[in-house]
Amino acid sequence: MWDSVLFVAFPYVAITIAILMAIVRYRTDRFSYSSLSSQFLESRALFWGSVPWHYGVIPILGAHLLALVFPGFWGDLIADEMRLYVLEVTGLALALMTVVGLALLIVRRVRNARVLAVTSTMDWLLLVVLLVQVALGTWVALVYRWGSDWYLHTAVPWLLSLLRFEPQTQYVTALPWVVKLHMLGGFLVILLFPFTRLVHLVTFPVTYLWRPIQVVIWNRRAQG
Amino acid sequence: MDVRAQVSMVFHLDKCIGCHTCSVACKNIWTDRKGTEYMWWNNVETKPGTGYPTVWEDQEKYKGGWTKNERGLSLKLHGRVGGLSNLFHNPYLPTVDDYYEPWTYDYEHLFNAPEGDDQPTARAVSMITGKPMEIEAGPNWDDDYGGSPIYAENDPNLDALTEEERAQLTEMERVVFFYLPRICNHCLNPGCVAACPAGSVYKRGEDGIVLLSQEKCRAWRMCVSGCPYKKTYYNWSTGKSEKCILCYPRLESGQAPACFHSCVGRIRYLGVLLYDASRIEATAAVPDRDLVDAHRAIIQDPRDPQVIAAARANGVSDAMIDAAQKSPVYRFVKQWRLALPLHAEFRTLPMLFYVPPMLPVLAKVKDGRYDNADAASTSLAPLLSSLERARMPLRYMAKLLSAGNEEVIAASYRKLIAVRIYMRSKTASGISDAEVQEALRVGETTPEEVEAIFQLTAKPTFEERFVVPPLGREAAIEAMRDPLEQKREGGFGFRKAPVRGA
Ligand code: SF4
Repeated sequence: MWDSVLFVAFPYVAITIAILMAIVRYRTDRFSYSSLSSQFLESRALFWGSVPWHYGVIPILGAHLLALVFPGFWGDLIADEMRLYVLEVTGLALALMTVVGLALLIVRRVRNARVLAVTSTMDWLLLVVLLVQVALGTWVALVYRWGSDWYLHTAVPWLLSLLRFEPQTQYVTALPWVVKLHMLGGFLVILLFPFTRLVHLVTFPVTYLWRPIQVVIWNRRAQG
Repeated sequence: MDVRAQVSMVFHLDKCIGCHTCSVACKNIWTDRKGTEYMWWNNVETKPGTGYPTVWEDQEKYKGGWTKNERGLSLKLHGRVGGLSNLFHNPYLPTVDDYYEPWTYDYEHLFNAPEGDDQPTARAVSMITGKPMEIEAGPNWDDDYGGSPIYAENDPNLDALTEEERAQLTEMERVVFFYLPRICNHCLNPGCVAACPAGSVYKRGEDGIVLLSQEKCRAWRMCVSGCPYKKTYYNWSTGKSEKCILCYPRLESGQAPACFHSCVGRIRYLGVLLYDASRIEATAAVPDRDLVDAHRAIIQDPRDPQVIAAARANGVSDAMIDAAQKSPVYRFVKQWRLALPLHAEFRTLPMLFYVPPMLPVLAKVKDGRYDNADAASTSLAPLLSSLERARMPLRYMAKLLSAGNEEVIAASYRKLIAVRIYMRSKTASGISDAEVQEALRVGETTPEEVEAIFQLTAKPTFEERFVVPPLGREAAIEAMRDPLEQKREGGFGFRKAPVRGA
């Protein structure tokens, strides 16, 4: 019973709410879509927090997604022992970067009065949830070795079953509680996504790579 | 030819009295909100001086504007990939301390303080943290050379001068400075637009006003760095960048922008220029010494039938073309070649031009008297030669207004001097016709032109200073929605309070 609530209902609810609310927020309150950078108020500590955090968490998230979307490719990748080692070590290093970076960001928010002044309740909630989540992830990586491998046979089939709308929880229910918490934490972050500054994630401006460098907008021409 | 219209500006620096009325008019309308307290879309700084934000002209520090290289032009700030990789921390972003921490005073304490031996005081309270603070900088901290050993001496433009010249500037009784009012230049090749990864900053096609979409801004804050004039600002409260909007809501109903309208010295002119947009890149990429000439060349003659036809083909309205033909800006910039762009070497092609200030000629106090001995012996010579004897070294002015090309700014000055001598000869006696003719010749001008310059400089009416048609928003939007409905419902801006997101 609890297993289906946590590993079936909760993920579905989290994802549905995230998508719906993000769309609603985008359509009704686009002004609020912002990364809400506080660099203007404090720049130095931000560098030591924000850079390791982002450069740590983005590749790690990417690896999680890659293994989920292309499990075959991932399987081939880690088939070689050397590559597996490299992946595990890099992953662990990046994970440590996220923990340290995020911890620094939290300390910065507490200690700098200017930054504190622009920190909302949602910011605190998000920071704590994220810190717990990356800490859990690091712990899992440290204690339960070869996650790059067993992830393929536990979380991936479970997530894919959810995606196929044929939920099968048996892949994950027997896992250690730390791992389970990390999985649930992931969906908690997804749930928080539309209600926090996390929305800036989907507005990552990739189009900057190819758009014309100058932007001119004509009122009349817009209509062709 | 791709002819577009640009609402452009001229500030006549000789007329600025440094009263800051313009800044206050702007602040009262646009930036009296939380998060914008520190912003001065219009500011007036003392030159030489470090300005606002401190040493904004130092692009080694702030990386604003463009650099010329083998491939043409590239942003000083970043390439496309570099821009995205610096999103998490922009190494060149000025922080609030480069401007100043906004504050108010704890006035309530004056009323509520318990009885005591001392008078209660109103302490300064930060408008960011709400906590008591020490005031260490403020708007116009170095106004009129205030604290000049710390501020004015660090003006990056002074690099061009010799030790002796630098010492002269602040020497008692020879002190010299002038005011430099600044707003967004609404450039043809804006650095802010090019730097914004989200594409939220844009130039309006119809009038060239550069705006920043509050709905598209995601606080990547690259515009602040990309603008070499530091005229985009980051609202620390809403998490959105903001900038001077040239009072477009006022322009749309035919009113002059607030800073223009309120200017006490009447130094400000607003008019339409037609320019060839297909030449923007080429113009911005010429060598430094040719920048001003190239900038003038991109501006097209509004009476040339070919230009008019090209403008029409581009949808420029007849009212705009008509305004371009009467444009005071066109006369100052192109026809008379008096007004110059500020720091053309930033290569953004700014569309705000400055008529350089004449400033008093150089003289010393000797035995307690103003020593103008040369003037007495050679009659008018000091007036004629006042360019060579200018208190503000020409090199300094060249660094500011002609990308270092002294010939360009000297030509502008020579004409201004000719105007002075010619007009003086009409009211004061003792100026020989030969002197006047010599001045006109050196200034490359004619009595008719001088009269016209004098008229537009000294006695222009409101209508002569501001020649911009109502921007016809209704015509521009009618394809999208009913103008009447628009007028009734919204005007401009938000229908909800622009509050910070969660
Ligand atoms: S209002 Fe006019 S005269 Fe006064 S400071 Fe501003 S620009 Fe100068």
